[in-house]
Amino acid sequence: MVKIEFLGPIEKETIELDVKNLVDVASELNKDENISIWLEKSAVAINDMIVNSLDLPLKDGDRISILPPVCGG
Amino acid sequence: MMLEIYSGPLDVKEILSRWLDEIDGKNWGAFIPFVGIVREEDGISALSFDIYEPILSKWFEEWQEKAKQRGAIVKMAHSLGDVPVFTSSYIAAVMSPKRRVALTLIDEFVEDFKANAPIWKYDIVDGKRVYAQSRSTPMAGAGLLSKKD
Repeated sequence: MVKIEFLGPIEKETIELDVKNLVDVASELNKDENISIWLEKSAVAINDMIVNSLDLPLKDGDRISILPPVCGG
Repeated sequence: MMLEIYSGPLDVKEILSRWLDEIDGKNWGAFIPFVGIVREEDGISALSFDIYEPILSKWFEEWQEKAKQRGAIVKMAHSLGDVPVFTSSYIAAVMSPKRRVALTLIDEFVEDFKANAPIWKYDIVDGKRVYAQSRSTPMAGAGLLSKKD
């Protein structure tokens, strides 16, 4: 199982998914319209490292963060 | 040095004076602070912030390394939670032996901060906390999980 956490303004509790890679995560999350609207503009981190490829394996216990558009300062 | 995160508005004078003390006697020619102050506009009484500290710390560590390679130091303080109008939510600073390096770095550092620091801003209007969506920027790499054909 991997944990998916939604940061900042995305109002959704952390979920757990039984998936093997980010492609599976994408197809699961896109089933929920309240989440899919955020995905186009959100960055993704695995265990607090921002990733730029879907071609990454996931292992049990990995933590995925969804980071919506930012505005510090 | 550490990233400084405070609950509520920043004590600007305390923070800047402490940072200045760090280079006292070092014979460094430049200390360039940027102090962000919450403006009263569009009926807001305050701004409010969420921070994801693990990734913000990594982002800041990378900037500390970039500054070090140019012989400089970067500093940063940011607020968490509500920050009323006319008070400060963000201070960045660069110190270096020479002016030119510091002027260039402060610009790059503050711009990259705006684009890639994992901090979310909300307007406080009539007691409600509203995500500042139109002023927010997708981080580098955004859209990875969006629907593909």
